[in-house]
Amino acid sequence: MAATTERIPHVIPSSSAYHENKLVSWLSVVDHKRIAQLYLLAGLLFFLTGGVEAFIMRLQLAHPNGHVVSAVLFNQLFTMHGTTMIFLAIMPMLIGFVNAVLPLQIGARDVAYPRLNALSFWLFLAGGLLLNSSWFLGGAPNAGWFNYVPISNPPYSPGLGVDFYDIGLQIAGIGTLMTGINFLVTLVNLRAPGMRLMRLPMFTWTVLVTMVLILFAFPPLTVTLFLQTFERLFGAQFFSVAAGGNPLLWSNMFWIFGHPEVYILILPAFGIISEVVPVFSRKPLFGYTSMVLATLAIGFLSFMVWVHHMFTLGYGPFVNSIFALTSMMIAIPTGVKVFNWLATMWGGQIRFTTSMLWAIGFLFCFVLGGMSGVMLAIAPADLQYNNSYFVVAHFHYVLIGGTLFALFAGIYYWFPKMTGRMLSERLGKWNFWLTLIGFNITFFPMHFLGLMGMPRRIYTYAPGNGFTFWNEVSTFGVFILAAGVLLFVVNLFTSLQRGEKAVADPWDGRSLEWSISSPAPAYNFAKIPLVRGADPFWLEKMHGNGRMLPAPGQEHHHGPPNTVHMPRPTMIPLIIAAALLILGYGFIYHALVVEILGFLVLVVGLHRSMFTPDPGEYVPIEEEPAEEVGADG
Amino acid sequence: MGRKRWKKMARWAPAAAVAMLALSGCGFLQGRQSVLDPAGPVAQGQLGLIESSFWIMIEIFIVVSAVLVVALIRFRARPGQTELPPQVHGDNRLEFLWTIVPALLLALLAVGTVKQSFADAGSPLVPHSMLVQVTGHQFWWAFTYPSLGVVTANELHVPVGQKIELALTSADVLHSFWVPRLAGKTDLVPGKINYIWFQADKPGLYYGQCAEFCGTGHADMRLIVDAQTPAKFNQWVATMSHPVSTPTTALAKEGEKLFGTIGCSTCHTVGGTTFAGAVGPSLTDLTGRLMIASNTYPNTPKNLYNWVHDAPSMKPGVLMPSFSYLKAPQVKALVAFLESLK
Repeated sequence: MAATTERIPHVIPSSSAYHENKLVSWLSVVDHKRIAQLYLLAGLLFFLTGGVEAFIMRLQLAHPNGHVVSAVLFNQLFTMHGTTMIFLAIMPMLIGFVNAVLPLQIGARDVAYPRLNALSFWLFLAGGLLLNSSWFLGGAPNAGWFNYVPISNPPYSPGLGVDFYDIGLQIAGIGTLMTGINFLVTLVNLRAPGMRLMRLPMFTWTVLVTMVLILFAFPPLTVTLFLQTFERLFGAQFFSVAAGGNPLLWSNMFWIFGHPEVYILILPAFGIISEVVPVFSRKPLFGYTSMVLATLAIGFLSFMVWVHHMFTLGYGPFVNSIFALTSMMIAIPTGVKVFNWLATMWGGQIRFTTSMLWAIGFLFCFVLGGMSGVMLAIAPADLQYNNSYFVVAHFHYVLIGGTLFALFAGIYYWFPKMTGRMLSERLGKWNFWLTLIGFNITFFPMHFLGLMGMPRRIYTYAPGNGFTFWNEVSTFGVFILAAGVLLFVVNLFTSLQRGEKAVADPWDGRSLEWSISSPAPAYNFAKIPLVRGADPFWLEKMHGNGRMLPAPGQEHHHGPPNTVHMPRPTMIPLIIAAALLILGYGFIYHALVVEILGFLVLVVGLHRSMFTPDPGEYVPIEEEPAEEVGADG
Repeated sequence: MGRKRWKKMARWAPAAAVAMLALSGCGFLQGRQSVLDPAGPVAQGQLGLIESSFWIMIEIFIVVSAVLVVALIRFRARPGQTELPPQVHGDNRLEFLWTIVPALLLALLAVGTVKQSFADAGSPLVPHSMLVQVTGHQFWWAFTYPSLGVVTANELHVPVGQKIELALTSADVLHSFWVPRLAGKTDLVPGKINYIWFQADKPGLYYGQCAEFCGTGHADMRLIVDAQTPAKFNQWVATMSHPVSTPTTALAKEGEKLFGTIGCSTCHTVGGTTFAGAVGPSLTDLTGRLMIASNTYPNTPKNLYNWVHDAPSMKPGVLMPSFSYLKAPQVKALVAFLESLK
């Protein structure tokens, strides 16, 4: 025991750095809840950036032979729109929710590696900023978000844009990989006593599978980005036909990452819906076990379908048939999920809160996207849909109607727990209806355009093809959609300032996060809770005294009484991320001095990280609410 | 009673409306590039799969949305409800049902998928077909008929009623060959040859365009398939085999000279002359073409003049340099020469 004390030499009596200087406290943040807020805020800013890019593209396409932007700029816009939305907006916002909610749902005080968690965030931000800085440094990448070779290789993309893509995504991707490892370890090791796997809330289950997908899907991306970096910066020839390379290597490597990535984006969304629907139907999730199995099946199959992005590449009918069948199979577990959600509502008492409205909107739009997904899986038919606006319609139905609507459902649901205030329900309903209507007007006509023969990624089109009308409709819709999204931003900032104060359990929740105060205290749980069944908090409300019982034998630190031992804030992650940012610029510009500087900062950062143990600090437990004393007495 | 029944039927109205819209044959989605207006067996077969999958999906969508709407109305929370609803955790039979039924429907689609995949597949052995080699370039199409010894660009002439086999490859980046009314797309990959086949049943012009992003000029890399009666096609082949390219006017002769001196001939081939560049599209029988600039502008003397003068201002990303330093009479001479290519 004495040895344990010696390993923690410096004891900070209270959470001093937490309040001292606001900027310093954010830069040195390690608390998963505040990292979540950083993720959500940065994700939102990138989301708005990507939205502006989309808006400009819709203006350009409103009429045939449009002149709003040039072909060169248009190609940069669609490349950055896709890259930004996937890597810098949707995924970080999902990871934001994972950070905000997951430790609370399993009864943990933080993630397994809080420093690594901060590093993940700073790396994502560094990668995102590097990528977007290309707009001001000679032009953004312009080879599409999947950056096929040869078009992205030096003879055809001579500018620096693609280098920004390779290195920006590399830096952000390392961060995501760390997130995957971090949350897997957290889920294995930090579950509260009694929180068995088959008692995990469904959101947590989907996150578990998502993190496995990240662990296996991101390395192929890392590798292929490195291959291209070597090709572009140092003259390697992995993809060059003339030198015996193969351009299809990129296509395959990218989609071996890219298809699981699609499920990385949708599985946590399924998880959010699986939390929101039961709570607002006042019923447990229907078919919990089949939901878990469906999630696992989707995760497994997601690695078996990548060629369906490349049915037109000419792999022949045999290969195409196999991948068509595996792709169709994904519809089965996905269908199980949809029917289970419907069955959860059936027989319940449905409350139409804004969060629930988003979940209902999700069901309609996601099912539409799923249907077009099955149609796309039919390889011979896909030869017509592939790379047409039909595909554009499909993945926006899944990514907006699916993931984004689920994100909205999640933010209206968990905002009270994150901030201690409620989002305005009145503004929320406007936010929902405008977004839903605008979204459908914008994207439904794209199915038609695809069937009429309009390929994606064209900066303009001929008047004779009959594309004009539906393009006009689509551009009209985007104004309504933009208004809906902007109302959310208004709601967010007004509610943060003046929103109604949130109680601990505003929705009559079922999982552990609703058993603690809103916002959650720094240490989450004053006493690690004992989980006595699935939906643990609901269980205590129904069969206990409405409070979680403390798990025995969990508190054994040697600090002052009534404190919790928490990780100590540190700037080391920020320094490491900054080093990679500097290194990235150094490589892009072949600037040896900058490379050396970046390398030195990296060495310092890693050294400090390895040889400065985290002594932690003792955070005093806030005074317990008076009611609890009464209830116990 | 009657009123209740009517009410019941009204619930199905939205679904019925969707079905009617679909039943109307999607006439509002026709167009010269429309997948829904096939003009040959390959596109017809693909549309068949699109339609059957669409109907299956629509049925599922109607079921799902009907259940959802009914649930939202019947099971909405009402004021004063304090009792908990029954806390149902699942139902094995139901869960089995909605695993197995979609699986059976998908199996149905899978059969058609595999059949059509093999039917569409081109191979070097498609019987009784005419082979055309297609090479994608930034941002135009080269067509070579090895059996006829004909080379042309951007407008693919084919006889109706005959299977045409395409051997697709690329000279630079990925492109994709897509003429929706004839066949779905297949990519042109450098270092790889993809074979597909199609057949046009009726004479006419079939429009398409490059469907794999290939650079700045991607949107303007357009395509026309001119399906002709066998007689007309043979006539075209004869023209292409014996091109007339001897300028008659003094202006055109001047143009021919310029074509050789200012660099045009390093890129362009003109059948019947010594000009044999292989970088840009062949200009043999240029007057026979409907369009220029990879089917972006009609083939008129005025457009041709502007094109020769300054191509990049007409088609962003085009690899043909600007010749804006030429004086107007010189451009006129070049156009006169080009106008004499028959």
